[in-house]
Amino acid sequence: MSVSTAVVVITLLALGTYGMRLAGVALAGRITLPEPVRRLLPLAAVALLAALAITAALTEAGRWAGVARPAGVLVGVILAWRKAPFAVVVIAAAVTAAGLRLLGVP
Amino acid sequence: MANVRTILRTHDRADRAILRDVGAIALAALAIGVSFGAIATAADLPGWLVIAMSVLVFAGGAQFMAVGLLAVGSPVGAVLGGLLLNARHLPFGLAVGEEIADRWRGRLIGSHLLIDESVAFAMAQTDPVRRRRAYWLTGATLFVTWNVGTVLGTLLGGAVADPTAFGLDAAFPAGLLALLLPSLREPVARWVALVGAAVALLATPVLPAGVPVLLALTGLLVVAVRRRKKEVASA
Repeated sequence: MSVSTAVVVITLLALGTYGMRLAGVALAGRITLPEPVRRLLPLAAVALLAALAITAALTEAGRWAGVARPAGVLVGVILAWRKAPFAVVVIAAAVTAAGLRLLGVP
Repeated sequence: MANVRTILRTHDRADRAILRDVGAIALAALAIGVSFGAIATAADLPGWLVIAMSVLVFAGGAQFMAVGLLAVGSPVGAVLGGLLLNARHLPFGLAVGEEIADRWRGRLIGSHLLIDESVAFAMAQTDPVRRRRAYWLTGATLFVTWNVGTVLGTLLGGAVADPTAFGLDAAFPAGLLALLLPSLREPVARWVALVGAAVALLATPVLPAGVPVLLALTGLLVVAVRRRKKEVASA
């Protein structure tokens, strides 16, 4: 791959990504959405974040992510549900996944 | 930037709590930034370009994907795949846009800090002032650690390239879910999240990356179904 190709790709990706970020933010201030739609927006964010978290927890490149990662995430979620501090949740998830891999669990 | 500075100067307890929580995820972002820098350098991208990419794109998933597709000689796929993966930022922007800043300058800068984590941290707060602070604190902190990580990665090279080392791949979904839990106390939100996540999961093996997450918006149909039920019940 040539460096100039990569420069073009990265420029387009950067511009497009910023464009989509700004489009949402700008539209949020500009258009007055009807009240029922306004109330849907936080729920839309919840749906997207939940989907993002679950697919990242369970899949890798379109396939099942193995056992160690979902197990780590599960430990984190249980701790979060039991009101553990956020840092503990994140570290416990990582340590569980890494520990299981160390034991040979995929 | 005056905006960011005032926000960072506030020291009340809730802010410190947010900052401490952000710290955990920011360290994970640093480590993943290191592996991104290393992988991109190993794919023969010059260091300055790798760093520019992290600063200007600032979206980890899309960056890994684009570098992977560039490495196998698919520049068009790299652009389209990366943009598809980032398309979720548009609905995210709609949801938090008015929380970011009142003025245009703040919104122009704040838009670049729109990432999954800044949205999740903002949504986890109940009052608007705190939501705004959480958004900027998270976005700015992760912007710094992601880029510092990338720089380190380009310098360290191949030795640190694997993001699954130290279980970092489990850290992000666990953090996102922990931030989502308070929102899920509401039954409607719980159903929307459940249906959305299930649809995305089922679509993941068959559709290109980025599309399944967008399909999660079908979870909003739950709201319509419930409203119809209520109408039927009250009729």
